[in-house]
Amino acid sequence: MEKLRATSNLRRSLKSLLNRRLSSGSDFTHFNQKRSFQTSFNWIRDYKSVGEVNAVQYRYFSSVSTLVQRNPSFSTLNSDDISYFKGLLGEKNVIQDEDRLETVNTDWMHKYKGSSKLLLQPRSTEEVSQILRYCNSRCLAVVPQAGNTGLVGGSVPVFDEVIVNVGSMNNIISFDKVSGILVCEAGCILENLISFLDNQGFVMPLDLGAKGSCQIGGNVSTNAGGLRLVRYGSLHGNVLGLEAVLANGDVLDMLGTLRKDNTGYDLKHLFIGSEGSLGIVTKVSILTPPKLSSVNLAFLACKDYSSCQKLLVEAKRKLGEILSAIEFLDDQAMVLVLHHLDGVRNPLPTSMHNFYVLIETIGSDDSFDREKLEAFLLSSMEGGLISDGVLAQDINQLSSFWRIREGVPEALMKAGAVYKYDLSLPVEKMYNLVNDMRVRLGNLAKVVGYGHLGDGNLHLNISAPQYDDAILEQIEPYVYEWTYKHRGSISAEHGLGLMKANKIYYSKTPETVQIMASIKTLLDPNGILNPYKVLPHSINP
Amino acid sequence: MKIMVAVKRVVDYAVKIRVKPDKSGVETQNVKMSMNPFCEIALEEALRIKEAGLAKEVVAVSMGLANCVDTLRTSLAMGADRGIHVEAARELIPLTVAKILKKLVEVENPGLLILGKQAIDDDCNQTGQMIAGLLGWPQGTFASKVVLDKEKQVVTVDREVDGGLETLCLDLPAVITTDLRLNQPRYATLPNIMKAKSKPIKKYTPEELNVEIKSDLEVVQVTEPPKRKAGVILSSVDELIDKLRNEAHVI
Ligand SMILES: Cc1cc2nc3c(=O)[nH]c(=O)nc-3n(C[C@H](O)[C@H](O)[C@H](O)COP(=O)(O)OP(=O)(O)OC[C@H]3O[C@@H](n4cnc5c(N)ncnc54)[C@H](O)[C@@H]3O)c2cc1C
Repeated sequence: MEKLRATSNLRRSLKSLLNRRLSSGSDFTHFNQKRSFQTSFNWIRDYKSVGEVNAVQYRYFSSVSTLVQRNPSFSTLNSDDISYFKGLLGEKNVIQDEDRLETVNTDWMHKYKGSSKLLLQPRSTEEVSQILRYCNSRCLAVVPQAGNTGLVGGSVPVFDEVIVNVGSMNNIISFDKVSGILVCEAGCILENLISFLDNQGFVMPLDLGAKGSCQIGGNVSTNAGGLRLVRYGSLHGNVLGLEAVLANGDVLDMLGTLRKDNTGYDLKHLFIGSEGSLGIVTKVSILTPPKLSSVNLAFLACKDYSSCQKLLVEAKRKLGEILSAIEFLDDQAMVLVLHHLDGVRNPLPTSMHNFYVLIETIGSDDSFDREKLEAFLLSSMEGGLISDGVLAQDINQLSSFWRIREGVPEALMKAGAVYKYDLSLPVEKMYNLVNDMRVRLGNLAKVVGYGHLGDGNLHLNISAPQYDDAILEQIEPYVYEWTYKHRGSISAEHGLGLMKANKIYYSKTPETVQIMASIKTLLDPNGILNPYKVLPHSINP
Repeated sequence: MKIMVAVKRVVDYAVKIRVKPDKSGVETQNVKMSMNPFCEIALEEALRIKEAGLAKEVVAVSMGLANCVDTLRTSLAMGADRGIHVEAARELIPLTVAKILKKLVEVENPGLLILGKQAIDDDCNQTGQMIAGLLGWPQGTFASKVVLDKEKQVVTVDREVDGGLETLCLDLPAVITTDLRLNQPRYATLPNIMKAKSKPIKKYTPEELNVEIKSDLEVVQVTEPPKRKAGVILSSVDELIDKLRNEAHVI
């Protein structure tokens, strides 16, 4: 009898067991849990106390210590402000609790930390508008924060900026099953949108390791790239419209749902990727592709980088219409993942390989797709481009292969201090930088390379037991100069945030930056929105 | 010795199951189908026994629609030597599967028959026991450890039972059904996928095996389990006590 009861629940228990075996595959995406198992970094921060804390020195993000001065034109919070906000939002949405503030003041990497005394959680565009109108009139600086998974110190305050999080605005406003156009509030968590669409037979055009925490508003504001960009293109193409609130509280309704609309300057693009420096995004309309039934994933080994590159070229040519992702990681990244993440299993355990490549296809006919992919893989293997590989046979295997690639940032976090560089480079030169850095750093640190092979996007990560100026001096400005020399971008997808605000000239001309500054002044004359970020401090208003 | 393994094609365990609008069954159109996880474990165990030099050949058997061949291909890519597909146009109940298996055992003469303890689609947990009964072979169900002794022609099976582990020693030939913790199935590597292409899959029809396909079961209705109601967040202990007393009536 016992037995019978036990087996009747099998599917469920099997699932949970398999999930456990898969380990944190999905836990991983829940960053709330993640916080508890992050390594704490002794991150180096010096206060220059001139009466009160008004300058913070971040020694770790630049070779020459950079001093960030608190903009003296910003006011500091007083009790009237708090009363105003409580009146506007209700007690519950005005947060001054120390513990909660500690979390929202600290970024995902535990690298940047502000000292904000206030978190506001508006529930409507109208409330966001009132908050900004008030802050603007009082000259209170504001940092928009979403899932706080940003990797460039853009989502946390530098000093005492008021944090505004639209996470409570998480409603889906409409979904059109004919066109696949989704309209939702900016606080929707990416993973929730993915599952909502899954039920409707559609997919989000973007997917990334942080999906369990990041919000669509955060994704749009950073113009996040992710794993499927090679297939679906960037958010500049997929976001059809948005609603944003300007610093003075004005609401810009650009929430169109049209694929084509050539009427004047397309201002929504200013908000895609502007990292909260021009306005707070409150609603988004986004074009979503239909979900296709056949997904296949291969996890492959290559002996050298040149093989990875040739494999990319071949894959684009031979898998063209079904190719949905092509990602890579090097042996150092693989070692870290196997060492630091629970339950991860090496799909190719017989020997270590120099490079691992994931190739995913998405199509509408499983036997056709599979045949095509198998034929491609077998011919690449015969041609020597692939030294070994496995092909996922079910969704469980598929998730465990993805877990390896998506788990690299987390493994790096667990390994100690990490210097992250997110670079766009010509694919053929991309990995030379990793080799150069290994030579430069020698035994000082581990150099790890992984990223979006299909987009020419290298994630160069330098991992060390702790942050150390000697290491940093070897990295910067070398990495930026190298990138500049090869006409790359110093930020492929993470943005500039605080980390790279002063480095913008490596990728943009002075004339371009000047126009950006003028736009910033036009939309946010008091400079209250996400100060010290994105644009160089020399020209910030 | 030859080992025969039964593999079933089922809706992938990670897929969210949807019931057909007419409640006649679950939706399988445009749904990812994969090998039943318990069958994967059964196959893995057979391959390990073969790799240990204790068996010569592993034969995978699948029954059902034409695309069961995909599941057999997966088996071959994992390392099975050949496949047998018994083509049937409709869903087979465990007794029919057991009867067909019996006929195949008569043709193939394996020394060991390994099955998953159940399939995750119908959760029947019957086929292994039924075939053991039809063949009159000893059975070790819910195996979490299998040790084969070629000399003595016995197999020792640890079974997960409620109170702990039970160890059985079975004379060969025998039937084993596998539990989740028995092993971790391997992945299909490219070299093995390539090799699998030239491995044979033999086809039979139930008629050829003299098995009549009939069912004395009728599915009346398939429905989803009731949805769990969303929780509520209460603002105070008093409110909680009030709800427990006046709504849930538990205190
Ligand atoms: C494990 C991991 C994997 C990642 N993988 C990728 C990847 O593959 N591709 C990629 O591009 N990025 C990746 N990232 C970086 C990051 O997740 C993305 O940049 C993400 O889009 C940030 O979303 P968020 O909701 O966490 O925003 P936050 O980090 O909270 O904010 C990011 C920036 O947007 C601004 N902002 C947030 N919400 C709003 C709003 N409503 N209006 C205006 N401004 C706003 C903030 O001020 C900040 O400058 C990864 C991060 C992690 C931790």
